[in-house]
Amino acid sequence: MSTTLTIADVERIARLANLELTRDEKELFTKQLADILAYAEQVQGVDTTGVEATAHVNAHGDERPDEAKPSLDTRDAIANAPDGAPEAGLFRVPRVIG
Amino acid sequence: MTAFTTARDIREAIVSGKASAAEVCRTALTRIETINPSLNAFNHVVAERAMERAQRIDQQRASGATLGPLAGVPVALKDNLCVKGVRTTASSKILDNFHPPYSATVVEKLESAGAVIVGKTNCDEFAMGSSNENSAYGPVRNPWATDRTPGGSSGGSAAAVAAQCVPLALGSDTGGSIRQPASFCGVVGLKPTYGRVSRYGLLAFASSLDQIGPFTRTVSDAALALSALSGRDSMDSTSAPEPVPDFSAALTGDIRGLRVGVPRAFVADGVDDAVRRAFDKALDVLRDAGATLVDVDLTYAKYAIPVYYLICTAEASSNLARYDGVKYGHRSPTTKDDTLTTMYSRTRDEGFGAEVKRRIMLGTYVLSAGYYDAFYLKAQQVRTLLRRDYERAFEAADVIVMPTSPIPPFRLGEKTDDPLQMYLADIFTVSVNLAGFPGVSIPCGFTEGSETLPIGFQVIGRMFDEATMLRVADAYERATNWPRTAPI
Repeated sequence: MSTTLTIADVERIARLANLELTRDEKELFTKQLADILAYAEQVQGVDTTGVEATAHVNAHGDERPDEAKPSLDTRDAIANAPDGAPEAGLFRVPRVIG
Repeated sequence: MTAFTTARDIREAIVSGKASAAEVCRTALTRIETINPSLNAFNHVVAERAMERAQRIDQQRASGATLGPLAGVPVALKDNLCVKGVRTTASSKILDNFHPPYSATVVEKLESAGAVIVGKTNCDEFAMGSSNENSAYGPVRNPWATDRTPGGSSGGSAAAVAAQCVPLALGSDTGGSIRQPASFCGVVGLKPTYGRVSRYGLLAFASSLDQIGPFTRTVSDAALALSALSGRDSMDSTSAPEPVPDFSAALTGDIRGLRVGVPRAFVADGVDDAVRRAFDKALDVLRDAGATLVDVDLTYAKYAIPVYYLICTAEASSNLARYDGVKYGHRSPTTKDDTLTTMYSRTRDEGFGAEVKRRIMLGTYVLSAGYYDAFYLKAQQVRTLLRRDYERAFEAADVIVMPTSPIPPFRLGEKTDDPLQMYLADIFTVSVNLAGFPGVSIPCGFTEGSETLPIGFQVIGRMFDEATMLRVADAYERATNWPRTAPI
């Protein structure tokens, strides 16, 4: 496959990534991402028939029992919030539905 | 105590009463204050906290208590490591005023070993970069030549050790971010085996690759630090339940009969002449010390760059989704008509720098429908082939050596316009992270000519065999005497 990238593609990816890019950024990324992807396409020429994917190199399968333990205090967890409501134990956000 | 030598010497001086921890701490703080304006290596210094800790070490000594292995040793931390209550930014605007509610496991371990944290070092934003130019707080300068990069992403930690601010600093290495700056700054930088050191409290970049490790001026100090940092941690499920040997005991100086693998074909092209000369001489030194050089073949290593940048960006796009203006950090101002999604998108556009956005975009793309199999899955399969290459090579060799970077430290601004060119210079470091093995970069000379710039090479070990890797690095260091102190 050959990678071509349009501004519309970049806008679609930016929406998926929750990034509101400026026009300049969109233009710059269209070119730069196309260059990087064109370079990365060389992996597609490698024969990987029957080769399993490596997601992690050191899976030791050491699972622990799922037990409740003391965790971060709510007040501490909210302390860094740009709009926290520590008395209520909540993060405040703008309205969710547009 | 006027100048720093090594962590070991500092501890010994404190234990024997030749110096107090408070004195050592003050020396470090003064040095940082003097030198930081020219280097920009520190994002912030915690002078008061450090002096309190140092005084506590002195009180412990006065009371006759046994002092820890790093007692009174001043330490700098890359600014992507959490210290409870101490500003931690990852050199990003999006975390400009973040004060973590907990400390990283490595921080707890260092402090229980008696180390004194003096400050947080500058780095590429979220550890994404190879030159430290992607920091929201400006680039770090190389102490050997201040118009050049110290390397990245842990550039501030490398510069802080080279400029004698501290004898020990921590960095994180996802694709070379400890080893490459160590090479550029003429110090020792160690990336442990994946799973050796807990990442709890490290701001995650690419979770299948990230490891925390030390910068030091000697291999012996690196061994000392690694012993203090290693071990299984219930807070990081990827940390391995492997026994932790005494790494210092491995430094026997004897490498007779050890097989040192050299991937000749892999290092044949694209290596700067000065780096090649220094590396070839390093091979001679190892041979003269009694090691046997053997050729090893890393056929798939040539794909390491695309594989790395496909995998690390995919993981980064997921890890960095948490920076959304809700829980911590920057939030873009909103009006009553703005929705949550608008707030997210604007916050992230304002808070992230160009390289971070580029990587989030690339990662989102390769994980998106229609491209996942062709890019992300394919990269994971080639990763398997690359790892098998290394496993085969380790049947013929006890360690593998190669240059750390194909080029000496380059000028600030030289590669900022072309991200791909910047990525290509990571060729010798990224495959080690993809395969999971430990690697240590040690100084092996300098460029010749008008500017004297450090060059390093790396020794790569088998999984959880940092001991043999360190033994080889230490034997090389004993046989050579490259200066570790930048003339600044």
